[in-house]
Amino acid sequence: MASKLITPSLGPAKRLEGDYVLARVTALQSDFGAPEGINIEGVTALDTAGAWLILSNAARLGVEITGATPAQAALLDAVRAAMPPDKRPKRPPRHVELLEWIEKLGRATTAEMRDLAHIISFFGEVVVALALTLIRPWRLRFTSMVFHMQETGLNAVPIVALMSFLIGIVLAYQGADQLRQFGAEVYVVDLISISILRELGILLTAIIVAGRSASAFTAAIGSMKMQEEVDAMRTLGLDPIEVLVLPRVLALLFMLPVLGLIADLSGLLGGALMAWNELGISPGMFQVRLLDIDVNHFLVGLAKAPFFALIISVVGCFQGMQVKNNAESLGRLTSRAVVQAIFMVILADAAFSILFAAAGL
Amino acid sequence: MTAGETVIEVRGLVNKFGKSVVHNGLDIDLMRGEVLGVVGASGTGKSVLLRSIVGLQKPNAGSVKVFGTDVLKGDMVATRSRWGVMFQGGALFSALTVRENVEVPLKLHADLSADMRRSLAELKLSMAGLPAKAANMYPSELSGGMRKRAGLARALALDPEILLLDEPTAGLDPIAASEFDALIGTLRKALNLSVFLVTHDLDTLHATCERIAVLARGKVLVTGTMKEMLAVDDPWVHAYFHGPRAHAALAG
Repeated sequence: MASKLITPSLGPAKRLEGDYVLARVTALQSDFGAPEGINIEGVTALDTAGAWLILSNAARLGVEITGATPAQAALLDAVRAAMPPDKRPKRPPRHVELLEWIEKLGRATTAEMRDLAHIISFFGEVVVALALTLIRPWRLRFTSMVFHMQETGLNAVPIVALMSFLIGIVLAYQGADQLRQFGAEVYVVDLISISILRELGILLTAIIVAGRSASAFTAAIGSMKMQEEVDAMRTLGLDPIEVLVLPRVLALLFMLPVLGLIADLSGLLGGALMAWNELGISPGMFQVRLLDIDVNHFLVGLAKAPFFALIISVVGCFQGMQVKNNAESLGRLTSRAVVQAIFMVILADAAFSILFAAAGL
Repeated sequence: MTAGETVIEVRGLVNKFGKSVVHNGLDIDLMRGEVLGVVGASGTGKSVLLRSIVGLQKPNAGSVKVFGTDVLKGDMVATRSRWGVMFQGGALFSALTVRENVEVPLKLHADLSADMRRSLAELKLSMAGLPAKAANMYPSELSGGMRKRAGLARALALDPEILLLDEPTAGLDPIAASEFDALIGTLRKALNLSVFLVTHDLDTLHATCERIAVLARGKVLVTGTMKEMLAVDDPWVHAYFHGPRAHAALAG
């Protein structure tokens, strides 16, 4: 309106000509001037972008549009009806000030705490379900459990064994190099066996299983959550914890110690081979030295397995149950499950180290 | 832009998945300026036909031409700005806001300033019936119906000559569905739009489609106007257009 008042010379109605279509709106944008009206008789083609351009200019100039064919008028009406009011909602400020940053930190902290509380209560539910299953074992989903034992246990044997075998080789190789300087090559057997039996065998197995199975649990349960399968179960009176979570938890509880044992054996094998090859320690001598090692190292290592299994399976299933109705949360929570499971396994391992050291084992 | 020009031409289309034959020598045409409704029982390959037309499904045999260009062999760069496709669930990009979703085709195929693109995207969203506040939301925050509207807004972003819609009114409430029918009618008149519409919505068929094609047994069983459909004596077609729901739609 204002431009109309200060414009020195008002022209007659502006006659628009040619195609007013999307491909040309940028070029046509500055073509309006300050007429008293807009006549579109000469417009040969009009699409919504062109209609929008003409309408917004007419509104800006406060003038009428004339000469539209019925079809063009219908389009102009449709676009006019849909034109958003000129006032745009303000964009949210992009910059983060100190106060906002502190608020964000606070929100993130409480969110994490809430997550922790949820996971603990979820763990409680699993324990209750476990206890109930002990009372009435016939309700256990045995087929499902065996399936998951195969998935998480048997199918993981090759990768776990290979990884541990290679770790044994690396330890022997690196250890031999250092110990040779002191003429204490024979202690490489202690180095390999203690580190593998006590720590590395089970810890690395748990990390691999966390990567393999925690993600698989989250993805499987999460996609069921997305398809409302879990809700369907609840309405039928099935407990998702009992049907989905418990078989997975039990399967891993049984299989992780077995995988740990396999990792121990193949790690020792790798170490023994390397010690023989590199330091000339015969398998017989390796065996003699190995038998001198305190059996507690082996027991301490294996004792951790069920705890790691619980952590991995509970974290994997919990994150699966957190999946919302969209695919994006499935992906995010799957990677979250893996990171959280590995982190918590390592945290637990550290706690066990302190505990066993205090107990003098 | 002569009337009677064929914009989509499907000839001898064969689609097989393993042993199941979905299309067996299917022919279908879409003329300039018409709304063609495609109906058929579940599993008769309506969506597969749409996917074949836009080149997402490679058929086992037959040819699909859009504006005279073969969709699989020809140069489709120019065509992609001349059609708009709306998928069943909206198929919005989850990492972008609704407005950014509509801006994607504008960015790719039109030379506009950022401000203009934004205004046009907001216009399209409003035309599709979305409230202004939805523009800055992410697809995961929208209801199914709103996602459909946003999908339609994206399909309409470039004012395409052909609109391919897969079940556009399924899951919409009746008010929204009739608004949708009216919008298609307006755009068609104003833009000489050709619409390929896969739907089960008898009201939409009745309100918007000049021609209806019925898919069955791997082919187009029959095409014609709604009136002609009523006279067809194929048992499925008869049941479809003479059922209780059909009568309600025709009466309305």
